[in-house]
Amino acid sequence: MKKVIMGNHAVSYGVRASEVKVISAYPITPQTQVVELLSEMCANGEIDAKFIMVESEHSAMTACVGASAAGARTFTATSAQGLLLMHEILHWAVGARLPIVLANINRAVGPPWSIWTDQNDSLSQRDVGWLQIYCESNQETQDTIIQSFKIAEKIKLPVMIVLDAFFLSHTFEIVDILEAEQVRAFLPPYVADKQVDVTESHSFGNLASPDSYMELRYMIQKAMEDSREVIREVDEEFGKHFGRSYGLVKPYRCEDAETILVTSGTVASTTRAVIDEMRDEGIKIGALKIRVFRPFPFEEVFDVLSKAKKVAVIDRNISFGHHGIFFQEVKSALYGRTDIPIAGYIAGLGGRDVTPTVIREIADKAISDKKPEREINWIGVKE
Amino acid sequence: MRPAKIPTEELMTSGHLACQGCGATQAMRFALKALGPKTALVIPACCWSVIDGPFPHSSLKVPIFHTAFEAAASTASGLKAGLEMRGDTETVVMAWAGDGGTFDIGIQALSGAAERNEDMIYCCYDNEAYMNTGIQRSSATPAGAWTTTTPIKHYKKRPKKKIIDIMAAHSIPYIATASVAYPLDLIEKFKKAREIKGTRFIHVFAPCPTGWKLAPELSVSMARQAVTSKIFPLMEVTDNGRRWSVWKDFEPTPLQDYIKAQGRFRHLTDEEIEGIGRETERNWQELLMKERISLELPGLESE
Repeated sequence: MKKVIMGNHAVSYGVRASEVKVISAYPITPQTQVVELLSEMCANGEIDAKFIMVESEHSAMTACVGASAAGARTFTATSAQGLLLMHEILHWAVGARLPIVLANINRAVGPPWSIWTDQNDSLSQRDVGWLQIYCESNQETQDTIIQSFKIAEKIKLPVMIVLDAFFLSHTFEIVDILEAEQVRAFLPPYVADKQVDVTESHSFGNLASPDSYMELRYMIQKAMEDSREVIREVDEEFGKHFGRSYGLVKPYRCEDAETILVTSGTVASTTRAVIDEMRDEGIKIGALKIRVFRPFPFEEVFDVLSKAKKVAVIDRNISFGHHGIFFQEVKSALYGRTDIPIAGYIAGLGGRDVTPTVIREIADKAISDKKPEREINWIGVKE
Repeated sequence: MRPAKIPTEELMTSGHLACQGCGATQAMRFALKALGPKTALVIPACCWSVIDGPFPHSSLKVPIFHTAFEAAASTASGLKAGLEMRGDTETVVMAWAGDGGTFDIGIQALSGAAERNEDMIYCCYDNEAYMNTGIQRSSATPAGAWTTTTPIKHYKKRPKKKIIDIMAAHSIPYIATASVAYPLDLIEKFKKAREIKGTRFIHVFAPCPTGWKLAPELSVSMARQAVTSKIFPLMEVTDNGRRWSVWKDFEPTPLQDYIKAQGRFRHLTDEEIEGIGRETERNWQELLMKERISLELPGLESE
C-alpha cells in the first residue's frame, strides 16, 4: 500500500513489517515519531511486541540486549545524546553478538544545543562494531530496516540505520508500505542458535582471559568482513521479492566522470540534481553515494573512484584534529592503489542546509583546483 | 520467623573463585536453593562477575547473562520481556548485583524498572563497599568505616544510604532484607518472592572478610551480630511499600562487639562508636514507628 509518510514513520512501518518482539526506547527529538507510532501499533495490536518504556537510552539499549539475549527480535531508535549515552552498551551488543537493529536519526551533538542534523553522533560510534547504513529516502529507510534484521541475524552483529534529522526524518514522501504477511517469506521469525534458556546453564560474557579474548574479537572482525557478501545477497533477495535494491554504494553518472563527488544521506539526492545540471553544461562529473559505512565497501568505492581524475568528499561531520570522516575512509580505500587527488569538504554541520549552490561551489572548486590546496576545506564558514 | 526446610538441591558448584568466608557466595547458594533451576540470572559488574568462574566455565547450574555495571535492572527487564515473547513465562529472572551496582551506579536503571514494576527479583548482595576493585567506599558503606578511598584520617562520615526507604517509595509488591546468618529466613523470603509478580527487591547482608579486615570464619557470626545489634534489621515491606514488618524476636547484642570485631572500624574511639550506636538506635526506633504507622493505615490487604 502506498502512502505519503514521514521518514520517522517509515522506520516504524519497517519495524512493523519485521515482526519485532521487543522494543525499548526513550524519547529524544527528532526521533520521537518513530516510537510514538510504534507504541500506538503495540497498543492496538498491529504489532505483537512488548514495548519497554525505559528511563534512559542507556537502559533502552540494555533492555534490547537482554531481550535479544533471550532470543527475541529487538529494536530501538534514538538520536545524538541518546546514542552517545548508549555507547557502552553498543559495545556490549557487539561482544554478546546480538542482532539488534537501531535507527539513529542523525542530530548534531551539544553543546551548544542543536536538534538539527549532522553525522557526528553516529560516526563517533564508528569503531564499536555495529554495521552502519545511511539512508536517503523514506522508501529506502523502511526497506533497510527490514533488510537489517535479516543481515543482523545472519552475521550475529547489530545494525544501525541512519537518517538525517528533519531533511529525512520529518520529510513526507510516498512509500510502498510493506505488511508483515508480505515480508515473512523474506524475513522469517528469528530463531537464535544460542540464547538465555533455563534448559542450558550457559554463562554469557563472563571473564575471558588474554588467552581467549583476542579470538573472540577476531571472530567479530571476520563476521564484519563476511557481512559485505551477506548485505549484497540480502539486498538482491529483497530486490527479487519487492523490486527494490540499494547496493553498498550508489554511483550516479560516474562511467566517464572526470570528477566524482562522494556523499551520504540526503546530500546524495541534492548532489544528483547538481550533477544533472553540470552534465547539461557538458561537465564530466558524477556522484557516489556511500550507503553502507560499516563494513566499509572498499572494493566498490575503489572500483568507481579509480576511473576518475579527481575526487571530492562532502562530509557532514568532522573528526576534530583530523578530517571529515568519510574523507578519511575514502582516502584509505584509494591509498597505495592510485594517486588520484582527493579533497575533503566539510559542510552542513548542525543542520545548515547543503543546497545545490553549496554543492556546486564544492564541485567547481574541486574541478578548478589543480591539486587540492588543502585536503580539508570548510564550506560556508562565516568570518 | 517460621522454620523452612533447606532444599538439598545444589545449583552452585565448587570451583568458584570467591574469597574464603565470602558472604556473597553463601547468599547465592541459598537464594538458588529457594528459587530452583527455572531461574535466569543477570549479573552486572560486581564480585560475582568473577566468582562465577572464567570463560568457558561457570559455577552455577542456571544461565547467567553478564551485563554492564549500571545495567542489571534494565537488562533483566529486557531478558524477561524476551523470554515471555518467546513463550517462556515460567522462568524467574533475577538481577543479582552488589551494593555499588545497586546503591550507586545502578540506581537509575533500578528505579526505572521498579517504577515500571518489571517482573523480576532484584537482589542486592551488600558487602558495603566496592570489594571487587579493592575496597572502595560506596553509598552502602556505613558511617565510621575505613575503605581505601576513605582512609583512616578521613573515614566515612556519611551514613549508609537507606535503600529500603527508596525502594518502598516505588510502591513495588515485595521488599525484604535477609542475611546469610539466617539461611532459613533468607530461603523463605526468596521462595515468597518467587510467587509474587512484579518487582521484588531483596537486600541481602553479605559480609566480606577481605574488605572488612575480618577472619573468614567470623563471616556468619558478623552477619548475625549485624542483625542482633540492630544495624541491619531483618524486615519485609509488603502491600506496595506500605506495610512494614520488622523482626524483633532476638536477643540484642552490643553494637560495639560488632564494630570492634572488624578491622575496618579499628580506628574508631569509644565516643565515636557511641555516636554510631545512637544513630543505630534512632534508625531502629524510626523503623518500629514505620511498622506501627503502617499497621494503623486503613484499607490495607491483610497478609
